Amino acid sequence: MSRGFRVLRQAMGVAACLFGSAALAQETAATFYAGEAAPHAALLIRSTTDLAIFAPLLDAFATANPTIELQYEQWGSNALYADSRKACDGQGGSADVVISSGVHQMVDLVNRACASPYRSELTAQLPRQRRWRDELWGISREAAVIIYNKDLVPAGEVPRTRFALLDLMRRSTDQYLGKIATYDIETSGLGFLFAFMDSQQATTFGGLMEAFARAGAVATCCSAEIIASVEQGEYKIAYNVLGSYVNSGVKQNIGVIFPEDYTMFLSRGLMIPKGSENKVLAGAFLDFLLSAEGRGLLTSVDLIQESDRDVNAQSDSSERYIPIDPTLLVAMDRHRRAQFIAKWRDSFGAQGGSE
Amino acid sequence: MDRSLGSTGTGPAPTERSLLSRVMGGVLSLLAMGGILITIAAFAYGRNAARQSFDRILLGAANDIAETITILDGQPIADIPVSAFGLLALAEDDRIFYAIQGPGGEVLTGYESAPATNAPRSTLSTPVFYDGQLQGEPARFLTVTRRFSERDFSGPVYVTVGQTLRARNAMALNLTKGAVAVTGIGGIALLLGAFLVIRSAMRPLEILTRNLSGRDPYDLTPMSADGPAEIAIMTQALNRFMQRLDRQVGAMKHLISDTAHQLRTPVAAIRAQAELAVEDDETRRVQRLERLIRRTRSLGTLLDQMLSRAMVMHRTDNAPPTAIDLRDVALHIFEESDHEILAPGTEVQLAIGDRAVIVLADEISLAEAVKNMLTNALRYGVPPVRLGVSCVEDEALIWVEDGGEGPPAEVMTSIGQRFERTAASKGDSAGLGLSIVQAVAKAFDGTVEMGRTEAGFRIALRLPRQSDQRQPDRRSS
Repeated sequence: MSRGFRVLRQAMGVAACLFGSAALAQETAATFYAGEAAPHAALLIRSTTDLAIFAPLLDAFATANPTIELQYEQWGSNALYADSRKACDGQGGSADVVISSGVHQMVDLVNRACASPYRSELTAQLPRQRRWRDELWGISREAAVIIYNKDLVPAGEVPRTRFALLDLMRRSTDQYLGKIATYDIETSGLGFLFAFMDSQQATTFGGLMEAFARAGAVATCCSAEIIASVEQGEYKIAYNVLGSYVNSGVKQNIGVIFPEDYTMFLSRGLMIPKGSENKVLAGAFLDFLLSAEGRGLLTSVDLIQESDRDVNAQSDSSERYIPIDPTLLVAMDRHRRAQFIAKWRDSFGAQGGSE
Repeated sequence: MDRSLGSTGTGPAPTERSLLSRVMGGVLSLLAMGGILITIAAFAYGRNAARQSFDRILLGAANDIAETITILDGQPIADIPVSAFGLLALAEDDRIFYAIQGPGGEVLTGYESAPATNAPRSTLSTPVFYDGQLQGEPARFLTVTRRFSERDFSGPVYVTVGQTLRARNAMALNLTKGAVAVTGIGGIALLLGAFLVIRSAMRPLEILTRNLSGRDPYDLTPMSADGPAEIAIMTQALNRFMQRLDRQVGAMKHLISDTAHQLRTPVAAIRAQAELAVEDDETRRVQRLERLIRRTRSLGTLLDQMLSRAMVMHRTDNAPPTAIDLRDVALHIFEESDHEILAPGTEVQLAIGDRAVIVLADEISLAEAVKNMLTNALRYGVPPVRLGVSCVEDEALIWVEDGGEGPPAEVMTSIGQRFERTAASKGDSAGLGLSIVQAVAKAFDGTVEMGRTEAGFRIALRLPRQSDQRQPDRRSS
């Protein structure tokens, strides 16, 4: 920085649909390089995190390591899982670092021996529920929140808990018919994970599904889109939105609720694929993310969220973490998944036609 | 002994290790061997325990999964419970394998690459554990079978779960470590205890060594014989040896001083007589020479006795006592007939029984003593002189009796002292002879008795009698 390196950013903005192929499923790609001579090494990062959110961290790492070129590719979680499986089987090039919010997919990849281990003082300091086998680490702490459009939802109707949301949907179906959104669990790995964890956490989930069906809730894809739609007033309320995405932009008319009955916290998983050609550098990148500086930057972009920032008075017992451990493999099970999705479709099938 | 305790001694063999270090070395190697054995046993035990407990987890998980299988539209469908994976996740860092297979081995759900079992699937009725590989890591697998007999599905469904061995190995290692740590602490405590015990047991030996090494070589006083039996025996043996040495040195000193003292006067007298004989006139020369001869003879006798006493002193300390018949001693002396030269005309009677009288003694010393007794009687006593052997209870007596009154009472009290100035200076040797008797009596646990009897005066050497058969060699050392 003091030498005045110019940070080169090159957002390519290549949409997958342009190619019409699932093989090249990245949504956006960018290169970060702070040096002037030709780079010594390149680090390919494939991630589900929005480039816009992750850019400050990549900038900082590129600045601190001016001989290294960071190549960042943004993927959807299901596509990234498929790509990593393929790379693991030796088909197609492997990334050097894979970061995904679909941690159940990451656990599955590690269980399939697709990752290579890495140990350092910083990884050892992670709590047990945020690392597995020294091959998968949780780098962030993001809450699943309820957001609402402040202009469209009266203050008295703001649901502070899931029960309140349930009641709201049951009571006033007309006002909220088709105005409630949540993840489409079939297209979003993260959405599936949130729904799956919800189904394990409380019996409210059954009621919630039923109420979603009655309220004609919309299952759609991707945090950013849902947030944008709520902001524009297309939806009034969105359930299980990744809190980190909400705060990343200045969205005055969006209210955020950390549900008081329980708030689910997700830790984005990072792994170093066994096919990585630059494992040392990948480890350095991981250490950077876990270092004080990295955590500071993650906090500044809301990838590390403390629930006590919220006005809601929450007890610790209402915080539920999605642990990074083999129990997440259940979410990957073919039968279980089929049954879960079938149940989901039953709930949303009724309004499938109207969508 | 000095060599084996060389580290504390000043002996010339410092290369030899001390007894303590030898014993400690032995104890240490024993403990080390025990420790190795226990470590091996603990590891085997730990592995077994880890295997059993994690096998149970596998079984629990597999049963959990098997229970959730239901037949839906003719197809087995599993509703994998999170709790099953929660069980498997107890092995925190282990990879998990699971697969549910239909009757034909086709994977219904789970991972595709099922490991091969040794047992043929159709015969599986009980859970089967087996070892295998999971993505290149050693792993443990379990297959349980659930059989369905539904209207639309009949046949077995196999649930296979597996996990890598990290947690098992960690647990086995932990158990081993725990056992080894406890064993190690116990071993150290044992070693410490052994050290203290051995050192305290060795202490008397160390004290003995220190005493010996710090001892003046001229110091022959006995050492204290405290301590355990082995040490006491050693000390006693040493003390006996030193006592003997002391006695011999003393005897030698006495001999030299006696000889010097007792010979000075007679030799001076002889010289004086010889000088007078040279200077005197012819008429008195014969008388002088006769006196010279008498003096010389008397000196000869004195020398004989002194030498014989020295010999007795030496023999009593060195010649092992043997069983001898006192009658033989008396008979030999009688038959030698020395008395006929010493006192011609005096009759000596022999009074011995027909039963053997056995004592433990040195024959030569004993004969010398009796000869001295006889000579004294012949020389100073009154005929008839009798030499006899008799028994009183378990004591044996060899005695000489004459018809006289015996020596005066004041002489009796001092008689037998080693050195009797008056006797020596007078050139007679009764005192010296008696001192020989006394020394012999003392050497063989006997006493000298002198007293008046009906017949006259009797001097007797009284010794403990041995039975005929037994000839124990008690004083061989």
